[in-house]
Amino acid sequence: MTNRTFIVLCLVPLFIFSIAFLALPLIRLFLASGEGAAGWSVYLDILRKPRYLNTLILTVLVSLATTFAALGISTTAGMFLARNQFKGRGVLLSILTLPLAFPGVVIGFLIILLGGRQGLINQITPGHVVFAYSILGLFLGYLYFSIPRVLLTVMAAAEKLDPSLEEAARTLGASPYRVVKDVILPGLMPSLIAAGAIAFATAMGAFGTAFTLATNIDVLPMVIYTEFTLSANIAMAAALSISLGLVTWVLLLVARSLSGTTVAAGG
Amino acid sequence: MIKSKAKLLQLTVTLTACAFLFIPTVMSVMAGVTANYFKGISSGVTLKWVFQVWELYADSIFLSLWLALACLVVTFIIGLPAAYGLARHPGWFSRVLEEFISLPLAVPGLALALALLQLYGTMKGFRTSWTFILVGHVLYTLPFMVRSILAVLAAMDLKTLEEAAASLGASPPRRFLNIVVPNAMPGILAGALTVVTLSIGEFNLTWMLHTPYLKTLPVGLADSYASMRLEIASAYTLIFFIMIVPLLMAMQWASSRAQRIAN
Repeated sequence: MTNRTFIVLCLVPLFIFSIAFLALPLIRLFLASGEGAAGWSVYLDILRKPRYLNTLILTVLVSLATTFAALGISTTAGMFLARNQFKGRGVLLSILTLPLAFPGVVIGFLIILLGGRQGLINQITPGHVVFAYSILGLFLGYLYFSIPRVLLTVMAAAEKLDPSLEEAARTLGASPYRVVKDVILPGLMPSLIAAGAIAFATAMGAFGTAFTLATNIDVLPMVIYTEFTLSANIAMAAALSISLGLVTWVLLLVARSLSGTTVAAGG
Repeated sequence: MIKSKAKLLQLTVTLTACAFLFIPTVMSVMAGVTANYFKGISSGVTLKWVFQVWELYADSIFLSLWLALACLVVTFIIGLPAAYGLARHPGWFSRVLEEFISLPLAVPGLALALALLQLYGTMKGFRTSWTFILVGHVLYTLPFMVRSILAVLAAMDLKTLEEAAASLGASPPRRFLNIVVPNAMPGILAGALTVVTLSIGEFNLTWMLHTPYLKTLPVGLADSYASMRLEIASAYTLIFFIMIVPLLMAMQWASSRAQRIAN
């Protein structure tokens, strides 16, 4: 057996698997999106029919809110933990990265424990404060999911940032605000864009969290799910899936070209 | 420690974020061992709910463990030679193939599950067997296995090592087993732990692919959140935490070790 034959043979199982269970199913899904009553104009219907358009707008808005909130919180916390050594730092870092392994459904449940009818907030505040099943609850769930992921990206970038630049700026009389604005943020920018793209893409496609919390909210993954299971509108479910998949794929491609990190989507 | 207002603000944000992530986790753990959640922890600490979860959902826990193991075996068998092939045969074909198998990292699991259902949903024997869920899990975890091994292989001078072995008369399969596999070990370990952790927690694909007779741990969790009392849902979550947290820690350790070796 020659060297080359052996190397090609090594790639064969992967090639077969990805054709059979990735390429062919995705092609079938794409074809299915055009097989409905509306034909290929099903993709136009996403933008024309208020139900789908409103869903799209709401999903983008919640995802944007999640992205900016996660970036703000995780950059602040990440820079703080990267630049300061103190007792308990390791504990804080563990707490902030622990949720990496939590699936979206579990995060949904944790939000219910905070903001559900029997939740913590409802118990400790006067009156009836239940937000778990509202858009706020969904936002908090997505935020919970994104904070650890953004934090790790920011901290990895912060370690590569040269602290002497910040010191130089400070000796030259720059205020802490100017140091952040003119030195730290420009240095972190590629990673922040990458982390933001990941957070946005994950929030757009998050099914598990939406499944537990968004029983009354029309966000994209829930609409795909109900179109498929309840309305049996397979063409629309397929068209929405294809569109969603394209958007998240492009976003993560941008993210990877900027930072070179890979973070699991899902949730 | 706190020198300025800016530092104080940073600390406040950090602690608030920690509280936001940690308090519900602690509440969930406590609720799982509290006799009556409405009355609080003063009603007594009990393992009654944990045992009840075991009676109700032991099957789904075992199914998840079995799936994770099967997923590990399959991703290893496909992923290890593939990573070697990709490392030794760089070029446009390898880049496209690597990019393509990484699609499941970006495309939401729901969409992938719909695609699988569209193509294979009518094959009754396959659709209703556990191997259908396994395909979904392999699809989702395979890129992690391949990339983890590839990163380690790409960092070493594979070609020179292999040429040395070849000049001593080792055949390609022998070189693969005796040189590539031992050197790729850190990557294999990191990849394996990632695969198991992700497979045990996978919900998005599994929810669409599962049948009423084949419920995995996270599917059972969703089920208990919707229909069981809070204590049982919490106890079940507690069992999940006990399984997943050590795996996550091992995975982070192995990944950073593999990364150190790769650099």
